[in-house]
Amino acid sequence: MVIWEAAYRIIGWESWKFPSLFQTITSFYDGFVHGQLLEAIGGSLKRLLIAFMISLSLGMLLGVLFAKFKAIDDTIGFLVIALQTVPSIAWLPFAIIWFGFNDISVVFITALGATWTMSISTRTGIRNISPIHLRAAQTLGTGNGWKMFVQILIPAAFPHIMTGVRVSWAFAWRALVAGELIADGAGLGQLLQDGRGLGDTALMLNVVIIIAILGTISDHIVFKRLEDKLLVRYGLEK
Amino acid sequence: MIKIEHMDKVFKQRDGGEFQVLNDVSLTINEGEFVSLLGPSGCGKSTILNILAGFEKVSSGEVNVFGKPIKDPGPDRVVVFQEHGLFPWLTVLDNVAFGLKQRGMRKKERYELAMEQIRTVHLSKFADRYPHELSGGMRQRTAIARALVMNPQILLMDEPFAALDEQTRLVLHQELEDIWLKTGKTILFITHNIREAVMLSDRVLVMSTRPGRIKKEFAVQAARPRDASDSVIHHVESQIMNCLADELEKVVKEEMGDDSYSIKKNSVSDRTFGHMGSGI
Repeated sequence: MVIWEAAYRIIGWESWKFPSLFQTITSFYDGFVHGQLLEAIGGSLKRLLIAFMISLSLGMLLGVLFAKFKAIDDTIGFLVIALQTVPSIAWLPFAIIWFGFNDISVVFITALGATWTMSISTRTGIRNISPIHLRAAQTLGTGNGWKMFVQILIPAAFPHIMTGVRVSWAFAWRALVAGELIADGAGLGQLLQDGRGLGDTALMLNVVIIIAILGTISDHIVFKRLEDKLLVRYGLEK
Repeated sequence: MIKIEHMDKVFKQRDGGEFQVLNDVSLTINEGEFVSLLGPSGCGKSTILNILAGFEKVSSGEVNVFGKPIKDPGPDRVVVFQEHGLFPWLTVLDNVAFGLKQRGMRKKERYELAMEQIRTVHLSKFADRYPHELSGGMRQRTAIARALVMNPQILLMDEPFAALDEQTRLVLHQELEDIWLKTGKTILFITHNIREAVMLSDRVLVMSTRPGRIKKEFAVQAARPRDASDSVIHHVESQIMNCLADELEKVVKEEMGDDSYSIKKNSVSDRTFGHMGSGI
């Protein structure tokens, strides 16, 4: 950081290309005091969480269907694998036509970015359940319906599902910021775009830093910890 | 109580062909009996158990339990698997209480009953542990407790001790015998271990391979609790050895593709003669 500030002063590049450390810190402080950054973070997180909830439920539902019904897996399942290779931002033009330049478009592509991965992880998780657990459950009287689903399929597939959640979260983040760059409203992506419009590189850099911090916090502190705990409890790792 | 008559089982193979695993198997197991099915690997003994458990359907013949044909797996015929099959996300207590939960029993009651079973298999101290924190023998004990707590009329045991070390196995043999003497359950025990079969069972059914059928039946009329040095045990064991020798040879020949190989009884290896006197 010292090198950064020193380089800025010695080489003296223009601040409309890249800000100095001092400018960045000032802008960061201003952003928080004036509430601009907080508002953007709030707006982005709201969209992210809504989209994430949608993709988790939809993804898990699809995954379960793929795992349980071969016909669905052969048709829609194949399509999903193809769709997964498409970056969800590619759907944004469609979303704009359908929903306009608004939150719904952003939520739509964010959810789209996370759903496919989630469904594939769920499917793998359920497929990989060892037959002995299914048999043991049946012999203890779970039958083959709802009880089996809730008490065996979901918990047994949980380590896989958790990995899916983590990867989906990362995908959702990416899609969200990309979507916000284009759509209207208050959010980190829009703020980034505003910064470009105003030539405020310090603001732009701040947004990037905030995205990195939020990403690290959510991944490392929330998901990784959850996953590690889970792995220990399931005896997959000591 | 369990009655199998002229049962065949054919598996469809991937290339469309058929593979006959069981051919004309008939057997009866009476209430409270401890019966072992003994045979080399691939003789279809586990298939018989899977059919009785309700995991697989017969191709032809009749299988009745309590006079009724088998439809689905159920808690009246609980299975104890070779690989314990405990649920890794549940503690020992919750694993044992799992079946009771399916019956809709309340938490307090089912934990009480489960604890009682856990005590019978001497695992009280480990009730709140997860399966991966236990040794192989403890896991298998938990699996037995999980089966017993359902109070099934029939206990189906599919090589439950095969993956354990010898010492643990001997301890569990005694425990199982104790439990059986106390509860009087009907037990069908699958094993490829002759000694295990003879030590535990009232009757040993020896199976032959390809296709699997019951070859011979041996009654073990030794006093309970069984004693490893009992001469009756040794006698039956050697009889079964003789009976199985032909079968083993068949399996070995098939696997090695070699007709000259022989493991016939009383054959003496050349090696001993070759070195005769060389140590003097």
